[in-house]
Amino acid sequence: MTDPRRPYVRAFAGLMLRDTRVLVRNFAPFVTRTVMNPLLSVFVFAYVFPRIGQGMRAGGAGGANFATILVPGLIAVAMVFQGIAAVALPLSMELGATREIEDRVLAPIPNWLVAVEKIVFGAVQGVVAGLAVFPLVYLIPATPVDVHVESWPLLVVVIALASLASGALGLALGTVVRPQHIGLMFAVVVVPMTFLGCVYYPWAALHPIRWLQIGVLVNPLVYMSEGLRAALTPSLPHMPLPLFLAALVAAVLALSAIGVRAFRQRTID
Amino acid sequence: MTAAIRLDGLVKEYAGPPAVRALDGVDLEVRAGEVFGLLGPNGAGKTTTVGVCTTRVLPTSGSAIVEGVDVVRHPSAARRTIGVVSQYNTLDRSCTVRENLYYHCRYFGLGRAESRVRADELLAQFHLGDRATAMPMQLSGGLAQRVQVARAIAHRPAVLFLDEPTAGLDPQSRLALWELIEGMRERGITVLLTTHYMDEADRLSDRVAIIDAGRVLVCDTPAALKRQVGAETVVQLQLDGAFDGLASVLAGISGVRDVLPTEGGLRVMATAREGLLPRIVEAAAPFELRDVSVSEPTLETVFIRLTGKALRD
Repeated sequence: MTDPRRPYVRAFAGLMLRDTRVLVRNFAPFVTRTVMNPLLSVFVFAYVFPRIGQGMRAGGAGGANFATILVPGLIAVAMVFQGIAAVALPLSMELGATREIEDRVLAPIPNWLVAVEKIVFGAVQGVVAGLAVFPLVYLIPATPVDVHVESWPLLVVVIALASLASGALGLALGTVVRPQHIGLMFAVVVVPMTFLGCVYYPWAALHPIRWLQIGVLVNPLVYMSEGLRAALTPSLPHMPLPLFLAALVAAVLALSAIGVRAFRQRTID
Repeated sequence: MTAAIRLDGLVKEYAGPPAVRALDGVDLEVRAGEVFGLLGPNGAGKTTTVGVCTTRVLPTSGSAIVEGVDVVRHPSAARRTIGVVSQYNTLDRSCTVRENLYYHCRYFGLGRAESRVRADELLAQFHLGDRATAMPMQLSGGLAQRVQVARAIAHRPAVLFLDEPTAGLDPQSRLALWELIEGMRERGITVLLTTHYMDEADRLSDRVAIIDAGRVLVCDTPAALKRQVGAETVVQLQLDGAFDGLASVLAGISGVRDVLPTEGGLRVMATAREGLLPRIVEAAAPFELRDVSVSEPTLETVFIRLTGKALRD
């Protein structure tokens, strides 16, 4: 008797292979869209500003240089952006006008697994994006960047959770937001998430603005930035480990549940 | 013969608003190996029926068994036995023609080498070899449809569903697709085809079910359905004037079986009898008779007879 789950594994692998093929074919645009934002951010904030004497200092960050603050933040943004660009945007097209998703929905695999594949592949792209961004944020700044990894397992867990959260966010947005509103999504979701995601400042630094410090806790990007801060730049203030790990797990589960449910509603009448 | 598809009391309601009862108790049995036509006007429930059979629509009640598998309870297993060509071009636009076939095979568990061989085999069979590396957006409608059929049978399903496969195709591509569908019979694949073209259903199908307003009205071979009309000749009269009273006059002519109103005229069902046509024309002449056409009964005649309306409104 063969394992009844074997066809599911094979179909899932097939879906991953298809997405990998498409990613490889579109590798140049993928890299461009991934590195542009962090490249320019780090260039302007950590290279140009210090040289023209317009230094930015993080309040309450104990004199930590801004370039170091940016490292985890920009990696987190790159990962979230992958979730949107690699999952939400194509999915919105495939579910809407082109109906391309049809052949994959008709694969001999439960519907929810097709949705989960989107999350997993989005996560893979998130990891690749994070790796692509790291050398930029490390090498470009004019001031030295203080990166050291105290715990590799922690880094691996944070990256895994952050990338899965990005993929799940992409699935949720791609299935819930109607194709005609996908442009608006950038203004309403992506821009506020980035600016209020503890990318350019550690969460602890928000202390003087207490309402904002509490308010930003609904933003999953906060926990990605803070988690990466704890893993990559532990010299900076960061959230307690149990808090950001629990929040990241909760974000992955909640966004996946929303996305998988909406995916089913969009593909089965 | 065993049933490839068995539908029992299939009901599908959409909550709305407005609430719609798309399927109103569909019973159907498709035999293994036959080409089965589901003929009806737009909105009759053809696509919803195919949607249920192909696991894309959940019925409100009733059951659908395809190749012995309950499609509602075991959708993943059911998908292994079916191939689907929908009425839209759903080819993966990010992949080439060959990749569309190759990855489809991978989804269905074929290995790498096996999938490659199968993709190349299909490219050759469907005369798509020179388009292997083309992207779907570069294909004409007819070619895209051919790729979709190739993809649908790539995993060797027992039953193939074709939903309005020739809608929007030029006549030449339509004929080419008809030949492909006829080829399915030789491969032993059961085909369920939906269409609102009566000539398509007539030419391709071993049996036809006529569906309207979510119900199957009749189901038989095209020849038997046409015999059911009980007429050998159909005379279509186009009249410019008002034709009140003409129907009863015509019905009184010996050999006339039935008279049905159509847009701008009357349709006379009759037995083939010598001298009948002149008598009909004579009766109709005072009502500003503009045109007369005589034909054999078609499936459309059957449909009009059953529903009192034309197939294509």
